Amino acid sequence: MNSFFRIYAIASKEFRQLRRDRLTFGMIAGIPIALLLLFGYAINQDIRHLSAGVADQANTSLSRALIQAAVATQVVDINYYVNTSQELEALMRRGRISVGIFIPHDFERRVALGRRPPAQLLVNAGDPVILGSAEGLVFMPIDTHSVPRSAFERLPATFELRAFYNPERRTAVQIVPGIIGIILTMTMVLFTGVAIVRERERGNLEFLITTPVKPTELMAGKIIPYILIGLFQVTLVLALGSWLFRVPILGDISDVYIGALCFISASLALGLLISTFAQNQFQTFQMTFFVMMPSILLSGFMFPYEGMPAWAQYFSELIPMTHFVRVIRAILLRGASLGDVIGDIAALIAIFAVAFTIAVLRFRKRLD
Amino acid sequence: MTAQLAVATTQLTRKFGRLTAVDHVDLAIPLSCIYGFLGPNGSGKTTIIRMLCGLLKPSEGTARVLGYAMPAEAEALRRKAGYMTQKFSLYDDLTVIENLDFVGRIYGLRGRELDKCIRALMEEFNLSQIEDQLVGTMSGGERQRLALAAATLHDPEILFLDEPTGGVDPQSRRDFWDTLFNLSDRGTTILVSTHYMDEAERCHGLAILDRGVLVADDSPRNLVSDLDATVLKLKSEKNSAARNCLINLPEVLSAAQVGEQLRVLVKRHVPEPIALLAARLDQQGLSADISVTEPNLEDVFVVTTRKTKSA
Repeated sequence: MNSFFRIYAIASKEFRQLRRDRLTFGMIAGIPIALLLLFGYAINQDIRHLSAGVADQANTSLSRALIQAAVATQVVDINYYVNTSQELEALMRRGRISVGIFIPHDFERRVALGRRPPAQLLVNAGDPVILGSAEGLVFMPIDTHSVPRSAFERLPATFELRAFYNPERRTAVQIVPGIIGIILTMTMVLFTGVAIVRERERGNLEFLITTPVKPTELMAGKIIPYILIGLFQVTLVLALGSWLFRVPILGDISDVYIGALCFISASLALGLLISTFAQNQFQTFQMTFFVMMPSILLSGFMFPYEGMPAWAQYFSELIPMTHFVRVIRAILLRGASLGDVIGDIAALIAIFAVAFTIAVLRFRKRLD
Repeated sequence: MTAQLAVATTQLTRKFGRLTAVDHVDLAIPLSCIYGFLGPNGSGKTTIIRMLCGLLKPSEGTARVLGYAMPAEAEALRRKAGYMTQKFSLYDDLTVIENLDFVGRIYGLRGRELDKCIRALMEEFNLSQIEDQLVGTMSGGERQRLALAAATLHDPEILFLDEPTGGVDPQSRRDFWDTLFNLSDRGTTILVSTHYMDEAERCHGLAILDRGVLVADDSPRNLVSDLDATVLKLKSEKNSAARNCLINLPEVLSAAQVGEQLRVLVKRHVPEPIALLAARLDQQGLSADISVTEPNLEDVFVVTTRKTKSA
């Protein structure tokens, strides 16, 4: 019986402490809600409205009917009209489209011959989920009155599928570039956050702020080692990725490092920002969790960006990882240059500037 | 006027929510002295020191340190002030020499100059034998010597020491104070907070704080000689019964057992304190040997902090 009362004493003490720890209390309710909403609404494996481009060299009523039919499936949204298949490939390399529809000028003759698929579907297979959705179009029927239905039924398929960037559909090719981002988020946000909070927790900061050191000097000095560690980690994952998983490095290696450096800076600034809010190392862990969760789930790393509703897409634009996933996949898998993904690079720099400014403004050389 | 003073405050006040940690304190501390803040826990010692270092903003009043207004001109003071925090604030996972090297570089020392400075400090503070030891594994006295070495590395004109001898053995404390006098002789102004009477007695000037209020401010000698009480030693068969019957007398300020004797403080204006106490004990059927004795700083502390309680 005594044992029961002692257990009761410990349990009720635990509840009292929990009630005063608002962050933990918030996580108890916040994590289930956030995960439920994310998986329920934001994450979608059945993807529609993939960004697409069309090169219609035939330009006949039948070819236009084919395009109409593709749009009607809602799998693709036609955002670009170009003339050649090379232009479609360029758009794909720059990350503007995931699907290209190429209709050759002898389209009608091919339909009439009925020996091979009359049109081509160019798909970014860097993301297997996108490839899976686009495959649904391959045997799409064309609903038209100008050609007898039997003509289509003879066709082996409507589209010939051309999978780009990962024709063997290996998951590793898709995942490894993103892993760099996850590892950097973990190292940069958490380690920097903890590095500063630890000084506060152990009392080192009270001494440091009475010295002539300036807040910017202190912050720069704290983050430079982690930048170097981050670059080392990039090298490690790239080397292992290409050795063990044959992940290609099609783009310029210096572009990879410049892109990584932009992402490292943005993540470090977030870590610094967290450190100005967190009172101890445990709180830093908790706050980092709220950066990590959307970085994994909403960035396009695990689940395609195109599958998310508009609100989630807007939100994910605020996450550094979203931009980094685009940059690193474009450079490694599609051989893009920095200029092709300049918008995402600019977004990373903007996130860095905003977070770093707020962090420096919030860090005062005072205790109150 | 402020030029000759190391520290000058007027009506310095700091509130934390509803608590007034420091309550309208006026201080005028001359240069090159060792000045002590004496007071129980929570009397505002740390808060005053933090305001004088520019770490906390006063709620009311002004503070000047070496002529610099705090906290507005805190950055200008940084190079001239050293601060030893109450909680050890150097790095446990660095060695003695690594810690000093870090602090030296923060203060802008480099190369040969830095090496020379570190060697001299380790010699002066008796750290040379343990220069490669991790600080986390060192004793309280060794850590305290290192903290003082780090706080004095840049040769500050004023040194703030917040309860520097907490958790340190008596011999280390004595050595520590010898070092403080050496620094003081070289012209350094030292502000030190403590709750040890023997340390307070060594200071040139002393401020006694009680719940944020400055209740006494003078040299220890003057504080003792101006004591507003007569100190009596009393030896009885039943010390504790005697204490209980005397403590309620309106003329008695305090009665406390010290060793085998009672130490009784009676208000100074009482003409015949011995007779008064003897009569009271007699009523209760008790007897005792009573004699007048010299007051000390602890008596001053008891009397001054008692005043604010009754007020």
